Amino acid sequence: MKDNSYQAVMARSNEIMKKAIGMDYSQFARAQLAFDYQALMTEAGYSLEEVVAIQRETGVGNTPLYELKNITKLARMTAPKGKGARIFLKDEASNPSGSFKARRAALSVYHAAKHGYKGVVAATSGNYGAAVASQAAIRGLKSIIVQEAFDSRGVYQPEIEEKGRACEAYGSEVLQLSVGPELFYVFLRVLEDTGFFNASLYTPYAIAGVETLGWEIVQQLKNQYDVKPDMVVITNAGGGNLTGTARGLQKAGSDAVVVGASVDLKGLHMASDNDFNRKSFTTGHTGFGVPFTTWPDRADVPRNAARPLRYMDRYVTITQGEAFYVTELLAQLEGLERGPAGNVSLAAAVALARELDEDQVLVVQETEYTGAGKHVNAQLSFARKNGIEISVGNPADSVPGKSIILPEHPRQIQIVDLDMDDLRRSYLNHALGTLKGAKPLPEDISFLAEDCRVTPEFIESIAQGVK
Amino acid sequence: MTDKAVPKGTWVQIHQQILTPEQRAPQVPEDTAKVPLVMITKGFLENEGQMGQIVTVRTLCGRSIEGKLIKVLPRFAHDFGDAVPELLAIGPRVRALLEGGEKQ
Ligand SMILES: Cc1ncc(COP(=O)(O)O)c(C=O)c1O
Repeated sequence: MKDNSYQAVMARSNEIMKKAIGMDYSQFARAQLAFDYQALMTEAGYSLEEVVAIQRETGVGNTPLYELKNITKLARMTAPKGKGARIFLKDEASNPSGSFKARRAALSVYHAAKHGYKGVVAATSGNYGAAVASQAAIRGLKSIIVQEAFDSRGVYQPEIEEKGRACEAYGSEVLQLSVGPELFYVFLRVLEDTGFFNASLYTPYAIAGVETLGWEIVQQLKNQYDVKPDMVVITNAGGGNLTGTARGLQKAGSDAVVVGASVDLKGLHMASDNDFNRKSFTTGHTGFGVPFTTWPDRADVPRNAARPLRYMDRYVTITQGEAFYVTELLAQLEGLERGPAGNVSLAAAVALARELDEDQVLVVQETEYTGAGKHVNAQLSFARKNGIEISVGNPADSVPGKSIILPEHPRQIQIVDLDMDDLRRSYLNHALGTLKGAKPLPEDISFLAEDCRVTPEFIESIAQGVK
Repeated sequence: MTDKAVPKGTWVQIHQQILTPEQRAPQVPEDTAKVPLVMITKGFLENEGQMGQIVTVRTLCGRSIEGKLIKVLPRFAHDFGDAVPELLAIGPRVRALLEGGEKQ
């Protein structure tokens, strides 16, 4: 009989993963740290044309692009004279399953079906679960979604309960777990038991699926408005949204500034049972965004195809209260009722628009669906029940896990820029730390330089400090 | 509590302990390390069962899973929540701003 203890299963992790992804990543390795990222994306991934064709088959993509005239007007009222860019919004909620994650799932599920897998498994509490379930339903594959869903009191985060319901609606088996990183152990056991495909968010297929989003933005702006994007703001967590969109923008010839945006959840521990229901966002927050930006290879695949530091020009944070406030603005002023997590980048956009000229073009790259639990009112009501103080005032005074402050006036929507060099330093410390004292080879140095967009000298200076 | 048998084929929720506190990963924070890792899932009862007893269910994707029977016809409890007055005040305020054309 197989040893299914935690230690034994974790020790078999590489072997299980290889079977469940059907690809040997070692073919892309070039040195100790270096791997050929572009080869991984082109040889193992799909071309933009192929992705478009695959997504058309299951109704994914081609979502509407709207100009948010009233929110633009409001942003201009709080901007210096002549400032306040035109704000556009890509309505990704119009995808089957209600978020841009359908783009990723479309490719994962297509790939699984093509390689003869009977089903797909995804470890996600987020929109990706519903996306995988929906795409699997279309292609006749089975699906299993593993979610971190409730705390030790058995209290569900309402948004995750809604996503579990959606997965079930599409025919998935949903495994819901209490808080903790050992979810990965359960995930491995399911992969081993079923022989299903690991529909990871971080394979080259999953990232290639998002490229169409960046591509469409450029085409739609040109065809509908005859303009080009000057800046694109992207809600950032695991980094796939940003990586894929930025690659798509580049393929469309755009040189727009790429800004990542996350909700600031500083001080809350992601693996803490007590903190689990003290946060009002389950994605798009710094609890995922910062660790994945500074060390992408913590994911459930050997090398992560989502590498945000390659593409990110700026990384800004906003507060929970600001994201909730703009969710209300989007409904009240633009007639679009959408989920709060997708609006993180919209909150950042109101502040970023003030930096740009009135004739410049700022794109908010997504929305997500809304429904019971996954709704601004549901989240604020739940937070209040959990003892979080809700008030109106200056959001900058809020403390994650203790208070949420809705702005009193749109001028109080303010971004905080994270220091890009700090993020790069942290990435390099992680990467060089895995060498356990060995010296990086010249190929490693040039890989790292490319992976976080710094000079080899910057890396040498960090390497000297890493033991 | 009733000990009436739940008929075979009923849609139910089951509960399983995956790891005891002692078996948890070494890196989990203190609060999480004090509680077990548990799993909840749903399926159709493969045989007649009793609340609180170990049963086997067939999940929506056709797998058999064992666990303690905790709910029959489990309800989705998530909703839109109680009214949040602070949220309701936002619409009228920003509309007035737009109409008044207030600067700064
Ligand atoms: C609606 C929405 N926006 C943004 C993100 C962030 O995407 P990523 O994890 O690829 O950074 C997610 C996923 O978690 C999401 O569901």
